[in-house]
Amino acid sequence: MSFWRKLACVVLALVLGASVTASWLAPAGYAKQYREATNAPPSRTHWLGTDEIGRDRFARVLYGTRISLLLAPAAALLTTLMAALIGGLAGYLGGAWARMAMAVTDLFLSLPWLFLLITARALMPLNVSPLVSVLVTFLLLGLLGWTAAARVLCTTAGALRTSDFVRQARAAGLPGRRLFWVHVVPNLKPVLYAQFWISIPVFILSEANLGILGLGVAEPMPSWGSLLKELEGLVSVGEEPWKFVPLILLVVVVTSFQLLLSKQEEVAG
Amino acid sequence: MKRHARILRQSGTPCGKAIAVAMLCLGSLLGRALAQGGELRLCLRNEPKTFDPLKVEDDASGQIRYLTGGVLVRVNRQTQELEPELALSWKVSKDGRQISFRLRSGISFSDGTAFTAEDVGYTVQQLMDPALHSATGDAFRSGTGKVETKVISPTQISIRFPAQVAGLDRLFDQVAILSERSSKKEMAVLGPFMVADYKPGASVLLKRNPNYWKTDEQGRKLPYLDSIRLDIQRNGDIEMLRFKRGELDLINVLDADYFDKLAATSPQLVHDAGPSLDSEQLWFNQVAKSPIPVYKKNWFRSATFRRAISQAINREDLSRVVFHGHAQPAAGPFSPANKFWFNSNLKPQAYSPDTALKELQADGFRMENGALKDKDGNEVVFSIITNSGSKMRERMAVLIQDDLQKIGIHVNVVTLDFPSLGERMTQTFDYEAIILGLTNVDLDPNGEMNVWLSSSDNHQWNPQQKAPETPWEAEIDRLMRAQASTSEPKKRKEAFDRVQEIVVEQEPFIFLINKNALSAVSTTVHGAAPVILSPQTFWNAERLTVAPQ
Repeated sequence: MSFWRKLACVVLALVLGASVTASWLAPAGYAKQYREATNAPPSRTHWLGTDEIGRDRFARVLYGTRISLLLAPAAALLTTLMAALIGGLAGYLGGAWARMAMAVTDLFLSLPWLFLLITARALMPLNVSPLVSVLVTFLLLGLLGWTAAARVLCTTAGALRTSDFVRQARAAGLPGRRLFWVHVVPNLKPVLYAQFWISIPVFILSEANLGILGLGVAEPMPSWGSLLKELEGLVSVGEEPWKFVPLILLVVVVTSFQLLLSKQEEVAG
Repeated sequence: MKRHARILRQSGTPCGKAIAVAMLCLGSLLGRALAQGGELRLCLRNEPKTFDPLKVEDDASGQIRYLTGGVLVRVNRQTQELEPELALSWKVSKDGRQISFRLRSGISFSDGTAFTAEDVGYTVQQLMDPALHSATGDAFRSGTGKVETKVISPTQISIRFPAQVAGLDRLFDQVAILSERSSKKEMAVLGPFMVADYKPGASVLLKRNPNYWKTDEQGRKLPYLDSIRLDIQRNGDIEMLRFKRGELDLINVLDADYFDKLAATSPQLVHDAGPSLDSEQLWFNQVAKSPIPVYKKNWFRSATFRRAISQAINREDLSRVVFHGHAQPAAGPFSPANKFWFNSNLKPQAYSPDTALKELQADGFRMENGALKDKDGNEVVFSIITNSGSKMRERMAVLIQDDLQKIGIHVNVVTLDFPSLGERMTQTFDYEAIILGLTNVDLDPNGEMNVWLSSSDNHQWNPQQKAPETPWEAEIDRLMRAQASTSEPKKRKEAFDRVQEIVVEQEPFIFLINKNALSAVSTTVHGAAPVILSPQTFWNAERLTVAPQ
């Protein structure tokens, strides 16, 4: 294992450990409002300062990490599995199946998701607890985000279907199902991994934007998305640098995951 | 001025005095030259929907109407008093149905067409044409029938309405006079500026009206400015950045976050004019046919419940935390900024969660394991919705969520895009509580008839009632009609004072805060005196000057 991969493992372990032990590291919790100390800079009491209504930013980052780190990968996994099933299978089967699957994918891509999400919000009750809102949000993201990945996987699986080693395997009498699982799916892994890791930051940011439709993680629960929204009104980078911690954390975590992924890709390759 | 005085004191000889007098004259001439000309630059937050002053409904169009339109009378934005403009004098009849104006003579529109009483009659007839659907005209519509205009002479006109219109003279502040004969129609104006160029989505350029009739105390023609450039900019961050770079001279309305950021570096640029007329309020859905559980409707229709919620909200914290002190706890429907109509006996609801809990317990509610339950055992949980994108309202909702948690009430905060929120609020009534603001542009309570009458569409907590559903709403209806049917200010004030008291007793709207009027003015702008009434920073645009940077 290279130095960078070891470092990635350590970083991920630290971030995961900190988020799991959030209640011990930040006992006051993410919702406690210190109304006498709003927008405070970092101090011994509040390591990353407080937000605009006096909530401890360190606690919110830890709890937000727990939510985003657990649910964004879960949504990405759901997306990737759906993409693999629809795109991979369509590409492998080819012909009418591929055309039909891609037509469905194109239809999904052409749908005005903004209006569908507004409809989804309208159908949902207003009185949902923050936890349910989190689950619904990431489930929606997972169910809606598979289309682009499915197209990529369909093309890749299509290329594999006509490759020499698959033709040889088929000529040798290997049954279709076994051919798919033994020869096609392992060769789709690099693409699947890439799609999985790409989806994570996309979903984290999408969750923040879904707040506009009343679908994001509900207050007072934090998420990386809601914490990143704090940067919206920042006029200059040097003004309040501690507000960039969630962004730095997002970059570090995604980079660490991708460093590990490159190892996985090598193995899969 | 100080410098001139010092020169005079040092010049003892007649020759010296002559030099000093010459220098004074030169200084005065230079000052005059500096005082005139220049371009004022500011932003409109939205695209103006129309340049026709009679069709104005949005803020951006209203601001252009203010700068370009000539009116018969004008509410002085600083003193809140009505002052003569194109009309030298006016008289409202005792029955409040007729108003007569005596007009100034020798005035021309920007295209040179003469201004006469015929133009006033034409404007009023156009304004009251039902086919025009004019929001400005709606304010005059108190009864069915035609408006009669009678031109007595080129400088005299009387206008008779089919029914009494309360506060009739003040309503003419919004009526920009059109030319009957000009081929330029609404582009021929009587105000200090005229629209010279419009780039959709980018900017509106106003240039000095060469035929503007007003002069200053020294007899100089107004306005001083050559032009005003209004850039269309929706993004407040960019507006702020451009102001800091010196690309803009004014920010008309600033929110508390931006105000403090600017004040930290350039305190001389920001202005807090004190409480504005605008309020923020929370209300519960009391619509009988709304698709919410019956037990929740019972809570929301109980004055005790509403009062308890009001007592449990810390308004001081809302003002201090959310608005950084640039807001005041609201006492009732009208802000203290409305000098005449505010009921000064009203005080903001004191924060008292203990009293709130006691009142709820007396009403059959009880605490169980930190959660409040009603007498049937239903846990008190409700949602508050507000429009997404409004940081201030989102923060208020989170603070209220925390305040109510202290008396065992669980609140879910939901932000929705405005169209969805509007649909729930006015069509489906599928909501429990809402936080929104009320922007008051009119000082007179008649401007709020559409809010307080139980039959009105904008009677938000329970609109379009066929007959008042509660005795106190019936009383408000009666008082609002009573104040509208008399032209005696004292009687009107008494009636509206009582309306304010009933609203505070019953809390159909739980008034939270009155925002301060915050603005920013560059040091290059002279003569600016920000006020609470719109347009806050350029209400005296004709007397503003911009020094070269």
